[in-house]
Amino acid sequence: MKILVPVKRVPDYEAKIRVNSEKNGIVTDGIKWIVNPFDEIAVEEAIKIRDGGGAEEVVVVGIGPEDSVTQLRYGMAMGADRGILVKHDGYVDSDLASRVLAEVYKKGEYGLIIMGKQSIDSDANQTSQLLAERLNLPQACFASKVELSDGKAIVTREVDGGLETIAVSTPCVISTDLRLNEPRYASLPGIMKAKKKPMEELTLADLGVEDSTKVRILRMNPPAERSAGRKVEDVAALLAALQNEAKVL
Amino acid sequence: MSGSILVFIEQASGEPQKSGLVALEAARQIQAKWGNGSISTLCLGAGAKGAAEAMLQYGVAKALYSEEASFSQYRAIAYEAAFLKGMESVGATVGIAAATTTGKDFLPRCGVQLDAGQASDIIAVNDDGSLRRPMYAGDVLADVEITSEKKLVTVRTSAFAAAEPTATSGTSEELNGVAVGENAGEITSFEASGGDRPELTEADIVVSGGRALQSEENFEKYIFPLADALGAAVGASRAAVDSGYAPNDWQVGQTGKIVAPNLYVAVGISGAIQHLAGMKDSKTIVAINKDPEAPIYEVADFGLVADLYEAVPELTEKVKAAKAG
Ligand SMILES: Cc1cc2nc3c(=O)[nH]c(=O)nc-3n(C[C@H](O)[C@H](O)[C@H](O)COP(=O)(O)OP(=O)(O)OC[C@H]3O[C@@H](n4cnc5c(N)ncnc54)[C@H](O)[C@@H]3O)c2cc1C
Repeated sequence: MKILVPVKRVPDYEAKIRVNSEKNGIVTDGIKWIVNPFDEIAVEEAIKIRDGGGAEEVVVVGIGPEDSVTQLRYGMAMGADRGILVKHDGYVDSDLASRVLAEVYKKGEYGLIIMGKQSIDSDANQTSQLLAERLNLPQACFASKVELSDGKAIVTREVDGGLETIAVSTPCVISTDLRLNEPRYASLPGIMKAKKKPMEELTLADLGVEDSTKVRILRMNPPAERSAGRKVEDVAALLAALQNEAKVL
Repeated sequence: MSGSILVFIEQASGEPQKSGLVALEAARQIQAKWGNGSISTLCLGAGAKGAAEAMLQYGVAKALYSEEASFSQYRAIAYEAAFLKGMESVGATVGIAAATTTGKDFLPRCGVQLDAGQASDIIAVNDDGSLRRPMYAGDVLADVEITSEKKLVTVRTSAFAAAEPTATSGTSEELNGVAVGENAGEITSFEASGGDRPELTEADIVVSGGRALQSEENFEKYIFPLADALGAAVGASRAAVDSGYAPNDWQVGQTGKIVAPNLYVAVGISGAIQHLAGMKDSKTIVAINKDPEAPIYEVADFGLVADLYEAVPELTEKVKAAKAG
């Protein structure tokens, strides 16, 4: 079995993001780009499954400009076997991403897709579900534990109200939550090895995917700043402030 | 646009949940801007009939329901099939659900069948009919337009008020003939995080603990009594959840629950952007942290620089005394 893991290039989660002056994008100067943290968790899980004998190959796939190769190489440095970059310079919404990933999936013989539950840039939380539906596969989203056995994935999901464990048949789409694992760091030998691993480049046209989207960003706005309040002296002063100023007690 | 709107309403034992009423409120605002014909609702699972009847007082055109066994537990493929059938039966071109783990899970799947784009986790309906949604952990608020003919929307539950009842005019109707595929999967177990405290996303007051609590025992010993004295729900930072001090669904933040209570008390939480994304719209924010430079103080209305192990028990006692007096 082969496992497909989508990997997205996103701004570092520690970066303070600012809207540009045209209000149609973010200021990218000086931003460090990383693998979407949820995708890193997905790569880690796939590698663990492969190394435990549950799969032969882990393939990372990215959609984006040439630079996205860096994030695919990072996934390979962690241990993924090869990479596919679907080169595309334009805007990608969840719909387009899912159509691209569906075609990539159909071209290989994959038995499982593991991917992040959301990307920390667009925060949409849709692509895994869209992809599952497009491929007519079951899904197990927000996974904090995954076990594969007898053509089934037993997945514990982080849901409102607790932890739900479900059994779905494989192939399926699993989306990762934060507690699934702690991704390893790419080691120096890993990084050296990754440079020699195969990287395929494709275009939307190669995959027969139309370049269109369904959600358009009209403008971006900075959030209203919340002004800092004040420090209080001690517990008694805090209680008084809550009673007399905030009137919440 | 002419088609109607279908809103998914989560229900428990025949009671529509607040998340559903919030989604309904967003639907009303969307209807006003987009000119949709009417609003209908869908409730699923045991008790759905009662919940549907309760929805009639909100002026919905059709309150659809199904109590069939395939919906007794949430499963993405089953709920997707029911929602699609519901949209078809009321002639809906817009589908809306609250951005709970249920709504987030099944609604996107419907998009493929409907050829519809989805705006996730909206926080406002703008005057020009565009929808506002946070990106980059709330560092950016984007105004988006769904360009497909059919449209799907999930709604951030902290961003809209619950819909108020209006006149009763519609009818409830059983949704029949939903074909649930074989691939729907099965639930094998459920571990409730439970407790008797108020639900985190609905509570008027939230007390959250962070990494500084150091253990599950301390979380219980310091956070719970303060929460109980205030009648508050309990939340946590990712660090506290990752370390096992608190259950997963108490995580407040960009990738957890979004809350906007009247009062939010952050105890031993540094205030990372991912945490702030989940609570910075709270009315009053209190921070208790021993580091005067902690970023949480940039959003806190009242900051107490102190060791939580001393300050929290004292605050708990003082709150109790104030409430008793
Ligand atoms: C993809 C991604 C998603 C994330 N999503 C979320 C999310 O949804 N929610 C979330 O919360 N985080 C999230 N995070 C994590 C976030 O970046 C922070 O790491 C996390 O919020 C830190 O938790 P904390 O404040 O409890 O811990 P720390 O940052 O370690 O802060 C602990 C604080 O406690 C204070 N302290 C220590 N001892 C005491 C004492 N005795 N008395 C008083 N104060 C004390 C310290 O001064 C410090 O400020 C996410 C991160 C990533 C990468």
